[in-house]
Amino acid sequence: MKLTLQIWRQPSAEADGNFEIYTVGGVSEDMSFLEMIDQLNRQIVLDGGEPVAFDHDCREGICGMCSMVINGEVHGPIKGTTTCQLHMRSFKDGAKIVIEPFRAKAFPVVKDLAVDRSAFDAIITAGGFITSRTGSAPDGNAILVPKEDADQAMDAAACIGCGGCVAACPNAAAMLFTAAKVTHLGSLPQGQPERRARALSMVQEMDSQGFGNCTNERECEAACPKEISVMTIAQMNRDYLRASIAGDEA
Amino acid sequence: MSAFNSQLNSHSPTGPIEDRWTNHRFDLNLINPANRRKFKVIVVGTGLAGGSAAATLAEMGYEVTSFCIQDSPRRAHSIAAQGGINASKNYQNDGDSTYRLFYDTVKGGDFRARESNVYRLAQVSGQIIDQCAAQGVPFAREYGGYLANRSFGGAQVSRTFYARGQTGQQLLIGAYSALMRQVSAGKVELLPRREMVELVTVDGVASGVVVRNLITGEYERHAADAVLLCTGGYGNVFFLSTNAQASNVTAAWRCHKKGAYFANPCFTQIHPTCIPVSGDHQSKLTLMSESLRNDGRVWVPAKAGDTRAPADIPESERDYYLERRYPSFGNLVPRDVASRASKLECDEGRGIGNTGLAVYLDFADAIKRDGEDAIRQRYGNLFQMYQMITGEDPYRTPMRIFPAVHYTMGGLWVDYNLQTTVPGLFALGEANFSDHGANRLGASALMQGLSDGYFVAPATITAHLASGNVKRVSIDHPAFEEAEAHAKARSNKLLSIQGGRTVEGLHRDLGQIMWDMVGMSRSGAGLRDAISQIRALREEFWSEVRVPGENSHLNPSLEKAGRVADFMEFGELMAQDALNREESCGGHFREEHQTEDGEAARNDEDFSYAAAWEHQGVDKEASLNKEDLTFEYVKPSTRSYK
Ligand SMILES: Cc1cc2nc3c(=O)[nH]c(=O)nc-3n(C[C@H](O)[C@H](O)[C@H](O)COP(=O)(O)OP(=O)(O)OC[C@H]3O[C@@H](n4cnc5c(N)ncnc54)[C@H](O)[C@@H]3O)c2cc1C
Ligand code: FES
Repeated sequence: MKLTLQIWRQPSAEADGNFEIYTVGGVSEDMSFLEMIDQLNRQIVLDGGEPVAFDHDCREGICGMCSMVINGEVHGPIKGTTTCQLHMRSFKDGAKIVIEPFRAKAFPVVKDLAVDRSAFDAIITAGGFITSRTGSAPDGNAILVPKEDADQAMDAAACIGCGGCVAACPNAAAMLFTAAKVTHLGSLPQGQPERRARALSMVQEMDSQGFGNCTNERECEAACPKEISVMTIAQMNRDYLRASIAGDEA
Repeated sequence: MSAFNSQLNSHSPTGPIEDRWTNHRFDLNLINPANRRKFKVIVVGTGLAGGSAAATLAEMGYEVTSFCIQDSPRRAHSIAAQGGINASKNYQNDGDSTYRLFYDTVKGGDFRARESNVYRLAQVSGQIIDQCAAQGVPFAREYGGYLANRSFGGAQVSRTFYARGQTGQQLLIGAYSALMRQVSAGKVELLPRREMVELVTVDGVASGVVVRNLITGEYERHAADAVLLCTGGYGNVFFLSTNAQASNVTAAWRCHKKGAYFANPCFTQIHPTCIPVSGDHQSKLTLMSESLRNDGRVWVPAKAGDTRAPADIPESERDYYLERRYPSFGNLVPRDVASRASKLECDEGRGIGNTGLAVYLDFADAIKRDGEDAIRQRYGNLFQMYQMITGEDPYRTPMRIFPAVHYTMGGLWVDYNLQTTVPGLFALGEANFSDHGANRLGASALMQGLSDGYFVAPATITAHLASGNVKRVSIDHPAFEEAEAHAKARSNKLLSIQGGRTVEGLHRDLGQIMWDMVGMSRSGAGLRDAISQIRALREEFWSEVRVPGENSHLNPSLEKAGRVADFMEFGELMAQDALNREESCGGHFREEHQTEDGEAARNDEDFSYAAAWEHQGVDKEASLNKEDLTFEYVKPSTRSYK
């Protein structure tokens, strides 16, 4: 197939960006979306230009590196997939595709389609862990975890930290990301001692990193490649409220 | 080849194997908690090995600097591991024990691993599960709340712990969260989007690294008292593999050029269950977890050239060749055996699909027996992934699978302390060669990475730190000047060539040579041919490559070019190692050395050693050092899974 691509080009964080139009031919429907961009980049390089920079690594939907908005949709048109898992059989020959980076104040563009998501690491640093020093753990079966709780924790822990939820949210809020972690750890017996303090400090960090507020648009859930539920947000709000009322130290 | 030197000392303790690790730890010098903060440790890589090591060393009080290529430590290639992690807990009461895990691993590795290391691995395996459970890793549970297990290839017990099909992700998130806790405590300086491009040595001792800041292009110098290399495997030398795109040999190779010996580079694992290649646009291959072989049955049409759809081939005209050839292990034979068997079927014309390079992995019986829901519970995300890539529904029609490069058993040579031949430089995880011999058993890489990082290196690092051999210098030391100048010159050279070929195209060519001649089946003539072809390609690379852009900003082409340049040198060493090893063992199959029924013929008389190669300069043959392997416990026997 042959496609017309309109791609956001921006040389660096400081520079201004703009859309450029490219045509790319010889696209097979078995190609992944990123392989289609590889094809374009080969063409650009041999024509003497600079290829489109984008983040990617595992190319199988688990590392959370890839991060494109395709025709206005985070990770493209197919539900529950990352950009790297999207295949060209989802597009028609001759299609025009607009490709942009994830856009959010807290995710500045690094170059072209690559953005800086270190604000997510900062949120985890604020409390997205269980304090358990290496060597101090009891036998694995000493802590029983009911299967439903383990499953609930796993559902939330499936988050790949791609930031699609932020990019999809009209307020660029990081609620789903933060709530997924709070719910993952808070669903497990191991996570109880720090449960409230965790919610409190992660939410505070989220705010200070410049993410917006949640107004229940649920766009995050719709865009999430791992289909994490907004129920996690309700869970986080409860933990946060309890912590605030109890006046826990963050 | 120069004569081998027998200086390699593995520092392996002696005495009863079950006491070795305990005694060794007691014999190692300790550094008291107040003094630990005076030591600075660099950890390169944040996968399971690097993440767990950095977190643990920081908890113990060391000052740690951690680097990774990706934008966040949580994205290291370990994240992609699917199936599970082994531990000899014997929670299933099926006869597992430390000794059995040790035995299975030595045998699975085809008697090319060091017994002391493997025993230690089995010994700490249980603690890893404890540690991860305490961190909140959501392992699969039974209804009573206890930890669940599944079986993996090469074992007759059920000892694999898992978190759906995302075990690597969950373990890595555990290590990452422990790491971030130490970042918040101010004990770890975290520097993502950095690529280590040089090891700095002073009087032969590791004293720091030079990294390239991938955003600004600046070269940064970091001095330390010890350097831990946790940079993963080199499977991408084949271009197509199941590895993440950034996986590379660069960090290990640059250390090799500074004196670290490279051991058994030809030991590569070709995983039997991957989605077959669909065209030449392909940038990677996708693994379908080995756990699928618990329920999936592998078959091909019994007649060569049978092109009927799978559903039209009656039971009596199918050959379940693994069950037929290996009745006791059946579909769960180790990976090397399974991969070679499917290659054989395809070579003989029984391969399926339009390329003829695939076999079926069929779940129909399992679905009939346990119901579709049960299968969905077990493998839902894998089935979904398969469908997304191929457009076919594995609940209705069998999967098509074919072997692909997956893991590299070879790596930097390390002693029992995980120290390389460069004092102060340690290698952990897939980057070292230590525990898997010539073939790794499924679910054992995660175990080894975490064993190295949580439990081994944090204890053994004092072998260097308390040795009086530490060379801490300022970053203005001439050794740093020189290393940085070298790295810069290399990038400038790459950018200046402006030839007519893309980095990717050249990489693809290298991969083809490696796959054809240094892949699943190797011969003396083929390997010699590979070496001359790699040399010619390397020359072409350095005169024809086109690297666009500049050094001073994010430039993925330049990063890739540097890595491919190293693969071009490393590929030759792999072929040389494969040529030297005149036997077949594990993942290394030499056509000249096989039994009558096509099984690997090992040669213990002449090759019961780890081959540790010493760099002599590019375009010169590396020299061979041998670490003789002795087996006091698991007596080498012909590996049989029949
Ligand atoms: C698809 C797949 C599935 C797998 N499934 C399983 C499984 O079920 N069970 C199992 O036991 N094993 C499995 N494995 C193998 C296992 O995942 C790996 O062997 C293991 O995770 C490697 O961990 P590591 O910490 O050594 O390296 P990696 O996770 O590869 O981490 C390497 C780190 O080093 C960094 N790095 C690399 N080079 C540089 C450099 N030059 N400068 C700075 N940083 C650098 C990277 O950024 C990264 O942080 C699987 C492998 C694959 C490919
Ligand atoms: S590249 Fe890893 S999730 Fe897309």
